[in-house]
Order: sequence, then structure tokens, then C-alpha cells
Amino acid sequence: MIELNKENFEEEVLNYDGKVVVDFWSESCDLCMDIMPDVKELAEEFADDFKFAKLDIKGNRRLAIGQKVLGLPSIVFYEDGEKVEHLSGEELEVEDIRKELEARA
Amino acid sequence: MSEKYDLIILGGGPAGMSSAIYGSRSRLKTLVLESKRKTGGQPATYHDMENYPGVPETTASDLMENFRTHAEKFDTEFKRGEVKSLEVNGFEKIVKTKKGEEYRAKSVVIATGAEPRKLGIKGEEEFKGKGVSYCATCDADIFTDLDVVVVGNGNSAVEESIYLSKFVNKITMIVIHDEGVMDAEKILQEKAMENEKIEFVWNSVLEEVKGDGIVEKAVVKNIKNGEKSELDCSGVFFFVGRVPSTDFLEGVVDLTEGGYVETTKQMETNQPGVYAVGDVRNKVVRQVITAAGDGATAAVMAQGYIEEEDYWQNHVVNADKPALVAFWSVTDQESMDVISQLEGMELEDKGYKFIKIDTYKNRLISDRYDIEEIPTVLKLESGKVDSKLVKPEKEEIEAII
Repeated sequence: MIELNKENFEEEVLNYDGKVVVDFWSESCDLCMDIMPDVKELAEEFADDFKFAKLDIKGNRRLAIGQKVLGLPSIVFYEDGEKVEHLSGEELEVEDIRKELEARA
Repeated sequence: MSEKYDLIILGGGPAGMSSAIYGSRSRLKTLVLESKRKTGGQPATYHDMENYPGVPETTASDLMENFRTHAEKFDTEFKRGEVKSLEVNGFEKIVKTKKGEEYRAKSVVIATGAEPRKLGIKGEEEFKGKGVSYCATCDADIFTDLDVVVVGNGNSAVEESIYLSKFVNKITMIVIHDEGVMDAEKILQEKAMENEKIEFVWNSVLEEVKGDGIVEKAVVKNIKNGEKSELDCSGVFFFVGRVPSTDFLEGVVDLTEGGYVETTKQMETNQPGVYAVGDVRNKVVRQVITAAGDGATAAVMAQGYIEEEDYWQNHVVNADKPALVAFWSVTDQESMDVISQLEGMELEDKGYKFIKIDTYKNRLISDRYDIEEIPTVLKLESGKVDSKLVKPEKEEIEAII
């Protein structure tokens, strides 16, 4: 998974022609840390259809808020630079992410 | 085939894990089913923990980690799963999860707790995860240097506001009561009042959350004069009480109108062998320590229940010969006399099992067979009552053998 930050976000996500999945996370978010390994597995499984990236909101908070991410974890789907889906919240399950991936693959 | 346990605990919060510690330490094969990824229940999402006796320096989530380590030390099994149904078939209880797993147990402890209450106001659902939050420790970080609104004025609302104040620029607490009145404990109120980052809006309720993709404004209404005002903010935290997680229990155990499980002081529900502990139970004080106390009580009760029921199943219901059961108590001389008479009748030689039930210790069996007076003697075949003699004479007993 690509590590995103202020410098490369535009290039890797907003100006990218294709489908991108961004995992917004932070070390202080337990749920983020819990699902990270599963998201990595999904990244391998769906590697043909999506580009997977992650963004540590530490130091990139303004960028996250600019993407309307105000709750962690947030899994945001982009198509040709457009935000098309935003999964978030405490009850977020890996299965929810998988369903969305299958639907958009 | 579903796996079989002695004790299944529904919910891995402090109440459930205390039951698990007591249950597994008593050598009961114990399973904790937790719907969330992380055990610990509500305290797992809190920060401060200042009143758990004997542990002066800890955080709520560390304490919950210790509960789990303690339970695992005695071989409690932990599995993830959200319960869909509980079925009670006498001594066998069947638990089914939403994903279709099935577990069986002799006894079940309901420790499903409560979840944050939603206000149901406009914008609350729409902005969930986009500024609306129910968990300060989860989301505090992201609101660093921003302004947030907190709705509620109980212990959680105040504690979490104090925690948030370490991160955010400003907190505005919306309090429904008159100026200076809050539901939280005095010590917490004082801390909040002294905190420079916390401001209060009194006599008010939150009416709507507004924004464009993310939270931008909270609409607040003064309940005294009906005036509405808008507060600029990036986050709205809801701490407005909780609702018990008992939807799956309707028609299974007795619930209050509010959905809490009715229990005796011994945590018993109206179903033998099914107990309820912690916040899910109908009671007044809901603290980590009281939840832990409930959990211990239920596990001890469950252990007694399983012993009695196991004995009964093995010696009466599934026995190959009929049983004569005498109900007695040490405080009743007449019942003691009947016991001695029966012991002198060489029942074993005549093809009977002879069983004594102390009605003081074993209410379960006494209640099941409606034993109102002692001495009572029952003749049972495969668990079914063949004859019932209340305060019998020797001749009457002889007549049924």
C-alpha cells in the first residue's frame, strides 16, 4: 500500500485515472490498527482492480478534513479523482469494505 | 455440530469478563462471545478510570486488558460474534450468532451491556463519522485544535469533555438544565467548570447538525424561550445516556419497559440457568466495580445451578431405574424422620434410586416440582412424576414401592 502525505496525495489520488482506495488511519485509533492487516490482505486480493493507499492523519489532518474525513477509520473510494464512497465509523467491518470492493471492481 | 460449553457469557465487558474469571477458575468450560473486535465493553472506549478499588493508577482500557488477561489465565475462550438468538430448552441453552455459528451451554450469562443512545435529531445519522461521534478516545485526535460541541451532562459527557480538552481548541457543552446544574458527580462538575477550554450553554438542547459533507454547525435551542442559535463547530459528540442491547431477548427473558433484563438479587432471570449482569440488568448504579460484582455473583450461581442440574439429570432423568426423591430440610424434624424411615427401607435392593433434596440449598428442583411443604416424597420414572406424597405416613410410602 502506498503511503500518502500532503506532497503526493494529489498526484496519487486526485489526478489518478482509475480506482483508488484510501485508508485514513491514526496510531491512536484502535479500530484502525485492528483492521489494517485485513485491509492489507484485501489490497493484495483486489490489486488488479484498485490502487490501495493509506494516510496517517498525524501531520496530515488538514488534508484529511479537506477530504471530509472526520472520523476514523475512514475508507474512502475514489474513481478518476472523484470521491465516490466513504465508509466510516466504529462499527465498520472488514466485510463492509469487501462488499464495496466487490461492487466496484 | 455446535460446540458445547458449561457456561457461555454474552458480552466481554467488565461484567462478562468477571463472570468468565470466576467461571473458568471454577473449572467450568467457559466461552465469552463478544460482538466487537475489542473486548472491554464501554470502558474500553474511555480514558480515565479513577474509582476502581485497588487500582489507583490505571486507564479504563488498560484495566479492561487486565480483565481479559485474567480470564485467559484460567482458560476462558474468547470468540467474536454478535448474538442473534438465545433459546432455552431446559438444561440446554442454544446461542446463535448473526453469522450462523451455534453454541450450546448448560448456563448462560447475559452481559450485552448498553450502547450509546442516539438522539434521533436531524443530521445525526448523516454526519456519523463525518463529525458526529459517540466516542471521544476514538476520535479526539482528529479534532486537534478544532471546536467541538458535546451534548449531555452526565458522568460520561463531563469525563469525555475533560479528555477532549487535551486535544481540541474549545468545547461547548449543551446542558438541558438551569445554569450550574448537571447530572454528573460533583467532583467531575468542578473539574469541568475549572477547565478553561470548556464552555456551557444552559437550558438548551441540540436540535440539528448541519454541514456540507462534514459537520459545520450545531443548531441549539433554548428550552426556556424557544430561541435558536447556531454554533460553528467541526465535531458533535453525543453522550446522552444509553440503551440496553436486548433486542434478541424479547420473549426469552423478562424485560422492563425500557428493555433492561429483570433479575433477582442473585442475577437470576426468570429462566433457570440464565443470568444477567452489568448495565443490561435493571438496576440503579452502573459502575465498572458493580458490573464486576454482578459478574462474580452470576458465575457462582451458575456453578451451583450446573452442579444441581447435572446431578439431577444423571441420577433421575437419565437413570435406568425409578427414583424416590425426598425433599427435606435440617430445620424440619418431621422431614428428617421421613428420611430415616426411607433409609431403613432398603430402597436400593428394591430397584430404586434414593435421592435427598435439601430444599434450603436446592430451590431449583424444589420449584420445578412445586414442592410447597416438607416432607414431600416423589416417585419419578425417567424424570416424570409417578406419585407425590405430602407429609406421608410410612404405609403410604410402602404402598407406592
